[in-house]
Amino acid sequence: MILHTVNKSPFEKNSLERCIESAKDGAAILLIEDGVYGALNNTAYSDMAQNAMKTVKIYALAPDVQARGVGDRVLDGVELVDYNGFVDLAESHSKVQAWL
Amino acid sequence: MKFGILVNEGPYTHQASDSAFQFTKAALEKGHEIFRVFFYHSGVNNGTRLTTPPQDDRNIVNNWSELAAAHNLDLVVCVAAAQRRGIVDPDEAKRNSKDADNIAPGFRISGLGQLIEAGIQSDRLVVFGD
Repeated sequence: MILHTVNKSPFEKNSLERCIESAKDGAAILLIEDGVYGALNNTAYSDMAQNAMKTVKIYALAPDVQARGVGDRVLDGVELVDYNGFVDLAESHSKVQAWL
Repeated sequence: MKFGILVNEGPYTHQASDSAFQFTKAALEKGHEIFRVFFYHSGVNNGTRLTTPPQDDRNIVNNWSELAAAHNLDLVVCVAAAQRRGIVDPDEAKRNSKDADNIAPGFRISGLGQLIEAGIQSDRLVVFGD
């Protein structure tokens, strides 16, 4: 299964949207950098992420969430990981695909 | 596991170089091998030794150089992208009649074949950039 990484906010680019469309059932999406804005509740993209989590697992990079001060707004179901967790995800998936 | 890293963005732009550095550091600390870090497009700007960021800011270029020295990393800058952006080592300076070079310690200039090789030889190629 592929680990997809998304580093752009959904308010800036449509990479998360395109990634979700392409990700197969059981794949993982890791939101990093401004991509973490796609993991928040009460935004115009919360429903999109929530729906995606029916078929894919969504992770967000904790240091990037904390750097943006949005730690209390992360959607239920999104798992926070640190850089060690990022490395582990890259190892446990067969490929890493960056959506830039 | 063997990781290849591709950095497509310069330092102090958005966050790609920082993310790539933190990932590389974490992978090394976990005992993984970094086959190569390849700097492409504006990413080549990570390889100039002439940056002087404020003292209370992180020094991205030095961070890469120090990590390379500590772990014998292969930091490769794409030659065509480097020529466009003025990243020069002594050989390139001579070849293109430049009056100086600016490559940072631990970096070397080479071709795109090095990226392809990293893609083939590494178990995972992880891409950071814009």
